[in-house]
Amino acid sequence: METRQSHRLGTGVNWLKHRLVVIAGLLTLGYLLLPNVVVTVFSFNQPKGRFNYDWQEFSTAAWTDPCGVADLCGSLSLSLQLAAWATLGATALGTMIAFALVRYRFRARGAVNSLIFLPMAMPEVVMAASLLTLFLNMGAQLGFWTILIAHIMFCLSFVVVAVKARVMSMDPRLEEAARDLYAGPVQTFVRVTLPIAAPGIAAGALLAFALSFDDFIITNFNAGSTVTFPMFVWGSAQRGTPVQINVIGTAMFLVAVLFVMAGMLIGNRKKKHKA
Amino acid sequence: MSTLTEVEAPPPLAPVPTAKRPRKRGRWTPYLLLAPGLVWLLVFFAMPMVYQASTSVQTGSLEDGYQVTWHFATYWDALSEYYPQFLRSVLYAGSATILCLLLGYPLAYLIAFRAGRWRNLILILVIAPFFTSFLIRTLAWKTILSDGGPVVGALNTLHVLDVTSWLGLTAGDRVLATPLAVVCGLTYNFLPFMILPLYTSLERIDGRLHEAAGDLYAKPFTTFRKVTFPLSMPGVVSGTLLTFIPAGGDYVNAELLGSTNTQMIGNVIQSQFLRILDYPTAAALSFILMAAILLMVTVYIRKSGTEDLV
Repeated sequence: METRQSHRLGTGVNWLKHRLVVIAGLLTLGYLLLPNVVVTVFSFNQPKGRFNYDWQEFSTAAWTDPCGVADLCGSLSLSLQLAAWATLGATALGTMIAFALVRYRFRARGAVNSLIFLPMAMPEVVMAASLLTLFLNMGAQLGFWTILIAHIMFCLSFVVVAVKARVMSMDPRLEEAARDLYAGPVQTFVRVTLPIAAPGIAAGALLAFALSFDDFIITNFNAGSTVTFPMFVWGSAQRGTPVQINVIGTAMFLVAVLFVMAGMLIGNRKKKHKA
Repeated sequence: MSTLTEVEAPPPLAPVPTAKRPRKRGRWTPYLLLAPGLVWLLVFFAMPMVYQASTSVQTGSLEDGYQVTWHFATYWDALSEYYPQFLRSVLYAGSATILCLLLGYPLAYLIAFRAGRWRNLILILVIAPFFTSFLIRTLAWKTILSDGGPVVGALNTLHVLDVTSWLGLTAGDRVLATPLAVVCGLTYNFLPFMILPLYTSLERIDGRLHEAAGDLYAKPFTTFRKVTFPLSMPGVVSGTLLTFIPAGGDYVNAELLGSTNTQMIGNVIQSQFLRILDYPTAAALSFILMAAILLMVTVYIRKSGTEDLV
């Protein structure tokens, strides 16, 4: 009896030992997702005071009226516009740089590479502060345009890295084949090069959009009196957080999950088609 | 390190010829492609640094204007007044980085080797919070760590808070407004930046190496210590950098989850620039931060011997 029990205990310990990585990993995943769960749960709360920190009462009021707070949806649409333009700008400029870096040997390549790397290795607050110094010295009016300039600047490097990785793994023989089949340079680029580079460009664009939409530190320094969505959330931490913020946080999470899942499904189907 | 990878990596499936054909046309093409982006970076990244350098050696006031007087004492004054915040930044960011590595490694390992068909779902769950505003999620920690909440209650029952209070990490029965809360927030915020590079480098490891180690009678832990971990070093290095650098300059966590006793250097730079409007001191502080981080990063990269991998 005793031996059997110790044997069972032994297998228990073995089971635990075998699953240790899985258990630890899942605990980390829980840590990572806990705030999202809290945000979702508290989007159904009806807080008594100005702050939404304690659970009071179930209510769907905020979900039926997400724009019910002054300036909230205005700041949200401003952030979406900024992110869209910043993505467009950074993706265009970054893709061009990536192609130049991978496809051509030229002088000062090393210097260009370091200039691309530096913004990623710099604490945001340093970039934010120095950019503000420039704008103050130039007497620029802080607002939409200064935010956009800043966002394109810090998204650029991330796009370059994402596109570079894809272009580097491209087989140059495909383009040579297109040229051998009498495709002009433009036709080769549009019909062959661009479709192959597209996943890298898309990844860079998605990253730029997420970085720009979520940026607080650089925006805080260079926005003047313009209020983007992260700045609205920041302000609300002092003034009192409306439940609508949780509604939008939850919706963003769901949209992101659906979006990425759809992308993966499409990718899988394409792979199956090829096979 | 790199030679090991080269020798043991499996042959690529479709070898891509690396020999570049000399291009006849378009000697100017690379420069034309580079020009717009580089101009942007030079004007809005490099030039601001120059402006900031000049601001840091100016004296004057907001009303009378500033002049460059090469007043280097600003640096010394800023450093002697705010060295506690500098130390705290290094300490908090360092602790968060170590915690991220300890927490992130099992999850990255799980996704790379054990997740099977759940791999994509877990990856999505790691990336998706990126798209929810990080400020909203950081505010959620205020709810999680609230004074009467279940987390603080459980830690109290287990007498964990007694130990952490004695260590100076928490104050009494509270977690909010203490160093522990700030480090917890920093760890949480930068965890994905650790997990993703770790996952990328783990995923590249050839499974046959694990089999080979097993065939040579290596125990699982020995396999990890001698094979898996060394091969994941590029991910460890880039993950720690991607965590430490932004955490060192962050002021959001210290502001939302901490108190005046937990201010980091980012908080000081922010308030000097946007509230006190003492531009020379603010510029000097952010230059010291930049120099300190670049120095630490360079030393770290040298020490870890992975210069070619970052």
